[in-house]
Amino acid sequence: MTNKTLTRMDLSEAVFREVGLSRNESAELVESVLLHVSDALVSGESVKISSFGTFSVRDKAARVGRNPKTGEEVPITPRRVMTFRPSHLMKDRVADGNKG
Amino acid sequence: MIRSELIQKVADENPHLYQRDVERIVNTIFEEIIEAMARGERVELRGFGAFSVKKREARVGRNPRTGESVSVEEKHVPFFKTGKLLRDRLNGD
Repeated sequence: MTNKTLTRMDLSEAVFREVGLSRNESAELVESVLLHVSDALVSGESVKISSFGTFSVRDKAARVGRNPKTGEEVPITPRRVMTFRPSHLMKDRVADGNKG
Repeated sequence: MIRSELIQKVADENPHLYQRDVERIVNTIFEEIIEAMARGERVELRGFGAFSVKKREARVGRNPRTGESVSVEEKHVPFFKTGKLLRDRLNGD
């Protein structure tokens, strides 16, 4: 497996190549897409992108945790977490692409 | 929110763009992420989160209906970890 990491820059470059926009505007659009997805999640909405996957938010109840180093009990406050469930298509493409 | 609603939101903000271009932009972003992971690469979007590929070792599984042992091959699965900024925003910080 390669260790290469893509960033926003690579996504904007792809948008730049695909649609005839400036690099600057391509970058802004990538940001805008990520922001709309984040905003929907923050408002408690799930985001379902067909053939990609589903981002959803879950509420987790308060619980008692433990500091693994000291063994001390510490309260963990209730919180919202986000989970991503990949679509079957994504799972298949990732599995196929990385086959040994 | 579904893909078409996301496209609509971006289109509303960018009235100078054709709807079909906005569609291509949104689709390109998600397609690039899948393609990168299919090549075994990570996609790190600071503040939002990171997509990566995890390896699941081969194991001996069991058919839950018959109890029969079956060998399950090694495989790679997509994984997403939420970024710190988004995690904080979800909790109103």
